[in-house]
Amino acid sequence: MRIGVPAETHPGETRVSATPATVAKLLGLGYDVLVESGAGRAANHSDAAFEAAGASIGARAHVWASDIVFGINSPTTEEIAMLRPGAIVICLLAPALKPDLVAALTERGVTAMAMDAVPRISRAQALDVLSSMANIAGYRAVLEAAHEFGSFFTGQVTAAGKVPPAKVFISGAGVAGLAAIGTAGSLGAMVRATDVRPEVAEQVESMGAEFVKPNVASQEVSSDGYAKEVGADYAAAAALMYAEQCAQVDIVVTTALIPGRPAPRLITKEMVAAMKPGSVIVDMAAGSGGNVEGSVADQLVVTDNGVKIIGYTDLAGRLPAQASQLFGTNLVNLMTLLTPGKDGQPVLDFDDVIVRGMTVCKDGTTMWPPPPVQVSAAPAAAAAGAAAAAAAAVAAKPEKVVNPNRKFWVIGIVAAAFLLLSTILPGAFLPHFTVFVLAVVIGYYVIGNVHHALHTPLMSVTNAISGIIVVGALLQVPSDNPAIKWVAFVAILLASINVFGGFTVTQRMLNMFRKA
Amino acid sequence: MSTSLVYAAYIVAAILFILALAGLSRHESAKHGNLFGIAGMAIALVATIILAINGVYRSGLDEAAKKAGEWGLGLLVLAMVIGAAIGIWRARVVEMTGMPELIAMMHSFVGLAAVLVGYNSYLEVHGNPVYEDLMHRAGLTGIHNGEVFLGVFIGAVTFTGSIVAFLKLSARMSSKPLMLPARHWLNLLAVVVSFGLLIAFILSPQLWILAAMTAIALAFGWHLVASIGGGDMPVVVSMLNSYSGWAAAASGFMLNNDLLIVTGALVGSSGAYLSYIMCRAMNRSFVSVIAGGFGSDGAVTSGDTDYGEHREISAVETAELLTDASSVIITPGYGMATAQAQHAVADLTRKLRDKGVEVRFGIHPVAGRLPGHMNVLLAEAKVPYDIVLEMDEINEDFPSTDVVLVIGANDTVNPAAIDEPGSPIAGMPVLHVWEAKSVVVFKRSMNAGYAGVQNPLFFKENSAMLFGDARDRVEDIIKAL
Repeated sequence: MRIGVPAETHPGETRVSATPATVAKLLGLGYDVLVESGAGRAANHSDAAFEAAGASIGARAHVWASDIVFGINSPTTEEIAMLRPGAIVICLLAPALKPDLVAALTERGVTAMAMDAVPRISRAQALDVLSSMANIAGYRAVLEAAHEFGSFFTGQVTAAGKVPPAKVFISGAGVAGLAAIGTAGSLGAMVRATDVRPEVAEQVESMGAEFVKPNVASQEVSSDGYAKEVGADYAAAAALMYAEQCAQVDIVVTTALIPGRPAPRLITKEMVAAMKPGSVIVDMAAGSGGNVEGSVADQLVVTDNGVKIIGYTDLAGRLPAQASQLFGTNLVNLMTLLTPGKDGQPVLDFDDVIVRGMTVCKDGTTMWPPPPVQVSAAPAAAAAGAAAAAAAAVAAKPEKVVNPNRKFWVIGIVAAAFLLLSTILPGAFLPHFTVFVLAVVIGYYVIGNVHHALHTPLMSVTNAISGIIVVGALLQVPSDNPAIKWVAFVAILLASINVFGGFTVTQRMLNMFRKA
Repeated sequence: MSTSLVYAAYIVAAILFILALAGLSRHESAKHGNLFGIAGMAIALVATIILAINGVYRSGLDEAAKKAGEWGLGLLVLAMVIGAAIGIWRARVVEMTGMPELIAMMHSFVGLAAVLVGYNSYLEVHGNPVYEDLMHRAGLTGIHNGEVFLGVFIGAVTFTGSIVAFLKLSARMSSKPLMLPARHWLNLLAVVVSFGLLIAFILSPQLWILAAMTAIALAFGWHLVASIGGGDMPVVVSMLNSYSGWAAAASGFMLNNDLLIVTGALVGSSGAYLSYIMCRAMNRSFVSVIAGGFGSDGAVTSGDTDYGEHREISAVETAELLTDASSVIITPGYGMATAQAQHAVADLTRKLRDKGVEVRFGIHPVAGRLPGHMNVLLAEAKVPYDIVLEMDEINEDFPSTDVVLVIGANDTVNPAAIDEPGSPIAGMPVLHVWEAKSVVVFKRSMNAGYAGVQNPLFFKENSAMLFGDARDRVEDIIKAL
């Protein structure tokens, strides 16, 4: 089948949905690739380079009439009209925000797959363009801020005086936030970050930043891997934290996006007004309403007190070569998943949560929204219900949900039973029993430390020492009852084999183990 | 030698036994650990023999009893000399591939000794009216009878269970699980009847009750292990190790001997812990292992899935692959032991390491028929232990590995455990060999492994099959290198 790679018509778009490198991989999956002339120009990929990789170059209408059409942005009405019914179109669709687009695609009878609706499960990471674009955007956001910021990021001691390091505050530690943390950190800034999901604190700290959080007792645990809107108490405490941070730092990068909803307002006019002149804010959510009051999509705004608010929405597109390469690779990974036979014939398996989750419409039927897929990076114990659902979704065996109180009940019942039992046992028994129980506990802890490689010697040495049963027979053998005497004789003989054999064979084995 | 001195010696011996087990936590201290064990045993034996001699020559004993005692001491020495000779002889000549059989055999000795000591203890008390009366007045008869009964029961189960394990491991008996109809009910019946007999025996200690229970326990132990398949042997052997410990502990209660109790408890918990590790490594509960083998409960068998074609590779091609590799991981399984291929594998390892290839081993906890069996085999072939790593230590390194050689392993490297939730082995931790650049699987044929599950690994693009006897094939590779 033929894959069409059109030139993007969205104003300001620099990316292209395939590069010569990804074309070669698509050919390897058995597909033909037709690239619209000039499609890769803004990303520095010439038509000749595409041809050298094995693609054909064609006209616009021809490209859009392919069996499979790739794209970065969602198709326009005019482009939808060029699609062949039954074709597969794969691009960013934002189906939750654009019901009209979904309806138009459904009506056209094509199969539409939204690259921005990939379920957030680990298997799907290889085709998650939101992650790969957010990574680039987070990097670029910090560079844009550095460009507008009038000072160094890194602290220096020069002959002309000491320069303090810039303080950077990053809101939202998703992929973009983490990329921003890493970039700002490597430029030498002091980085702090926050997120509504407490479970990401560890990731933030692993990137060398400080995790700050609102001063409230409970925080949201995400069940689907994305952030959610939060409650009123939390919002008040968070506002206080943002106000404090804004007053202290030089650079703020906000990355808070909630899928299918307007971006949350994190930073108010007052907070901006309290910032130092020359500070820079990058509002990465400016395209969906903005995290910062006063930010304007695609523009750089300078406030009255000299704070620059950057609202660029094309941050990923500002690295066109890199963005195209990653987007194209995500598409190749999707095609690999869809083409198990490597024969150029895509197979849509709707039992696969990835395929099901991405498919917006097929054969005139709207398939959006898909059934929810639950997954979280939070520890399973935090929310038993979410954990069980997550386990089911990633097709693992559901873990048993253990009631923490059960342990105490079991211990309590065993203790009570033992106390009852002790009333009917003779006193002479209990001291022995004490010794027994303590020895079991010691045994458990001692054995727990034994190295895996030494389990066989462990078994043979325990074999040897369990020959200690010979002690019983040794005291029985002098008996004047011949039956006892001979039975004891046999017992001593058997147990001695164990004692001597066990220690000898253990020694033999241990002598074999040697270091390089 | 006073009695308190003997008890002090017992405490020293118990401490030395604990130190012996603690020493095995690291390779460096393992030999010292064994020496501690030997020292502890020597102290305990000497103290007990002195106690026995004191008993014979205590005052107020008539000539006949003294004569019998001296005669007994002679037998004691004779029994120990014969036992030591047999034990040391077997320990010196045993092949490392035969370790599981030896260990199973030794468990059976402890079990039988526990039965014999139990009978003796019964005869000592109830065959001597004076002693019996003494015990009765102290109110100890009931508890003593209970202890005798338990000691004999556990001992008898251990005895026949270990015998069956030995027969299965040495291939004198089919390693297939024995499937009697209503086998779970038979087991339950044996336990319930034995419990009834226990009550009866405490109330009225008749010899026939003890004998009847012994017969039931012997049959129970036999059946218990006979219904477990060969691949579950690591669990069975550790379980029997545990039982032999509990048998010794029960004898300790019966004889009022704390040293026996401590030692038995140590051995018992050791075996229990090993069984737990083995079960976790197979993602199965202890009960399900004991209740029968994989798939034997008539559950899912997914043999119909078409995984495609497998690819064959020759020894020469494998040698080329290995020459070009910079890092190699070898994952051995029971097949390496049956083919006696460990020496050839060790040779190959040396050759590759001389060429500057990094060679390491990845050992699954249940590889082989005994916990730690592969480590011992490789140690015997002089593979240094610091390149032999455990599953959890090496699993993350597979993606950065050039070649993996799977030698005689199957279920422990099966990706179905992770990818196919319906598979009988789903959820079992496995070695992620398929993440390496290429995998060569040494195998006799395309037959399924112990779990009876097809292995999608064989059909992966980056894996190739090298058919034939593992030892011959490894030697072919060495020649081609």
